Amino acid sequence: MATEILMPALSPTMEEGTLAKWLVKEGDSIESGQIIAEIETDKATMEFEAVDEGVVAKLLVAEGTEGVKVNTPIAVLADEGESPEDAASAARAPEADKADAGAEAAPKPQAEGATEAPAPARSESASDQAPVAAVATDWPDDTPTRSLTVREALREAMAEEMRRDDTVCLMGEEVGEYEGAYKISQGLLDEFGARRVVDTPITEMGFTGIAVGAAWGGLRPVVEFMTFNFSMQAMDQIVNSAAKTLYMSGGQVPCPIVFRGPNGAAARVAAQHSQCYAAWYSHVPGLKVVMPYTAADAKGLLKSAIRDQNPVVFLENEILYGRSFDVPEIDDYTVPIGKARLARKGDDVTIVSFGIGMTYAMEAADRLADDGIEAEVIDLRTIRPMDTDAILASVLKTNRLVTVEEGFPQNSVGNHITAVVMERAFDYLDAPVINLCGKDVPMPYAANLEKLALVTTDEVVEAVRKVTYR
Amino acid sequence: MAARKAAEKPNVSGEDLQRYYREMLLVRRFEEKAGQLYGMGLIGGFCHLYIGQEAVVVGLAAAARDDDKQITSYRDHGHMLVAGMDPKGVMAELTGRKDGYSRGKGGSMHMFSHEKHFYGGHGIVGAQVPLGAGLAFADRYLGNDRVTFTYFGDGAANQGQVYETYNMARLWNLPVVFVIENNQYAMGTSTKRSTRSPSLWERGAAYGIKGEMVDGMDVLAVKAAGEKAVAACRAGDGPYILEMMTYRYRGHSMSDPAKYRSREEVQKMREERDPIDRVRELLVTGNHASDDDLKAIDKEIKAIVSEAADFARESPEPDAAELWTDVYA
Ligand SMILES: Cc1ncc(C[n+]2csc(CCOP(=O)(O)OP(=O)(O)O)c2C)c(N)n1
Ligand SMILES: [Mg+2]
Repeated sequence: MATEILMPALSPTMEEGTLAKWLVKEGDSIESGQIIAEIETDKATMEFEAVDEGVVAKLLVAEGTEGVKVNTPIAVLADEGESPEDAASAARAPEADKADAGAEAAPKPQAEGATEAPAPARSESASDQAPVAAVATDWPDDTPTRSLTVREALREAMAEEMRRDDTVCLMGEEVGEYEGAYKISQGLLDEFGARRVVDTPITEMGFTGIAVGAAWGGLRPVVEFMTFNFSMQAMDQIVNSAAKTLYMSGGQVPCPIVFRGPNGAAARVAAQHSQCYAAWYSHVPGLKVVMPYTAADAKGLLKSAIRDQNPVVFLENEILYGRSFDVPEIDDYTVPIGKARLARKGDDVTIVSFGIGMTYAMEAADRLADDGIEAEVIDLRTIRPMDTDAILASVLKTNRLVTVEEGFPQNSVGNHITAVVMERAFDYLDAPVINLCGKDVPMPYAANLEKLALVTTDEVVEAVRKVTYR
Repeated sequence: MAARKAAEKPNVSGEDLQRYYREMLLVRRFEEKAGQLYGMGLIGGFCHLYIGQEAVVVGLAAAARDDDKQITSYRDHGHMLVAGMDPKGVMAELTGRKDGYSRGKGGSMHMFSHEKHFYGGHGIVGAQVPLGAGLAFADRYLGNDRVTFTYFGDGAANQGQVYETYNMARLWNLPVVFVIENNQYAMGTSTKRSTRSPSLWERGAAYGIKGEMVDGMDVLAVKAAGEKAVAACRAGDGPYILEMMTYRYRGHSMSDPAKYRSREEVQKMREERDPIDRVRELLVTGNHASDDDLKAIDKEIKAIVSEAADFARESPEPDAAELWTDVYA
């Protein structure tokens, strides 16, 4: 019996890869543990080891082939006593690969310009002043753009800020020589050297405290948490030291620092590695909390965060790192902290989300449009200080609100938005607000349970139908 | 590596040697299979293999009693197999199925067996160290003479909570063996790049804790050191630190491109210091096993592992209702 060697999955998020190089040829005998190929994943080039021993009867996929789906047979091994010819002919031909180019499309083009002024107040319970609506784009219509992944956008933001300000430095586990566990800091050690790109031991509490002290001492540190789950080791320094010192010092000691890294669920990494910290950190006065969705926002907001005089918690997402979006070709492009973005215009319902939640909000809006329900989607971008005006302006128009996020339900960001809308626009609501969140359980590992634990596009569609009674 | 050489003619029975061989081989073959299932997408998320480090858990298990406790990091498959947990249940947890030790809810990094006194499987680097001391605290409090083996890596050894724990563990003479599995890398960071301490075990001296460095590629040296540590703990003179000099052959996890070390470095370790080859040689040169005996063991282990893999593929996904169970007791 011939043994097929299949294209391996070499990372939690890998679905396909490039077979960069074969290190064996047909006719070679291989042992288990021998490195037989180099494979490029979404993050890196990896060595692929054989598990079974035998003679390579046939290489089914030529080196240099891109877009090879995980589990496609890539080679055939002849077993002991089997002729390589028999083994090769026994193997099925690899299925032609329908290259699914550009798996994740850039966001839909948006309605130009800002929304009109909000409708006149229905009653006095609306805010005294008409709330200011969110802007649809942060750049003029005729600006040239280029497609960047979120990963590239974050890297550019850090590199640009490090070029313009020598006090900006990066610190964290594996940020330098390894170039980042998720390759966000690729190339930065080469360009800026070990004085400014600092590898730390695994000591979150310690290096976070050191970075906060360094910020007091005149630097602008960017602290990378390998993932935000590990920021819990350092939470005391973030909350008690970074957030409160300006206040406790009567305004004397500001703390210009950015805490950044991937946040929320990745894929199948289970309870201790899958939590959203948006609600946690946005509880704290003195912290700003930013959570971008697009590459343009990742870039513009990270640059703003680094220049900010306050501690900024900057929440990224591993699944979004590889997605591409249009980024304007504007020198020194920044996005203001505290301003929401109108991601889609509509009159029937307002959907507010942020970060990866936007994926579900936008997909749901597309599907709802097919049925004639026009959803307005607001990408919050900053959780604290929150652009409540943008939410109110939209709700005054649509009279219906659904919030979408990945975090736990109790004391969620959506709960806070609901409270604000109830206080300031109660009479404008034609249906109870629905907060969609991750389920109220630790993240399970099993594939089927993980799907059930996460918020889904279907749930958004269903919630919108409920609040629109359609 | 300041490692101890195994004695030329070790004072060990052929039967014991065969047991160590079998246990180490089980771990290695199990891990190879897990790597393969990961490549096929049957295991997801993070998966950290123990290949190369087998002598550490096998040697310490030989020094321990069945009712002693264990706790470790996410690199935990070997610890569980040697603690006597069923390979089928471990593999089924890796595939996230109903018959896994955590019913599919924990995965590779988070697995437990109350029955086998195995307390995880922890994903947060260093967190298991005070937890292990806590297990030992309970034993001392309850007045039994069990010992807890608390495993952690060279990278974890830099976490502050380790030293808070050392201080209290010695202050209260807790029966805990701190086992530092120094495989020389924490992801891509070699120990040279994370500390100026010449050795990790010596840090215990600052708290009055005894310890030693051990050749973690030599199962007999591991066992001998383990016996010393256990004796100190049972006599009320704990804790004890064992720094096991070992090596992981595979990447940190499945998605590690491993550019921080050369292929030659890994190859040299495999060829010259492999813990399984070493015992195989003792078995052969001591006339404790023939080639046929060894082949038979290989075959037997392969069968256990493929049975576990088949079981783990066939076990159904957990019932959807499981999403909501076990949040509260
Ligand atoms: C608190 C915390 N920080 C960072 C990580 C990410 N991480 C997982 S394993 C690891 C390396 C640990 O190395 P070591 O302690 O030597 O153990 P080994 O993997 O070598 O067994 C890191 C940085 C984590 N899981 N938890
Ligand atoms: Mg290590």
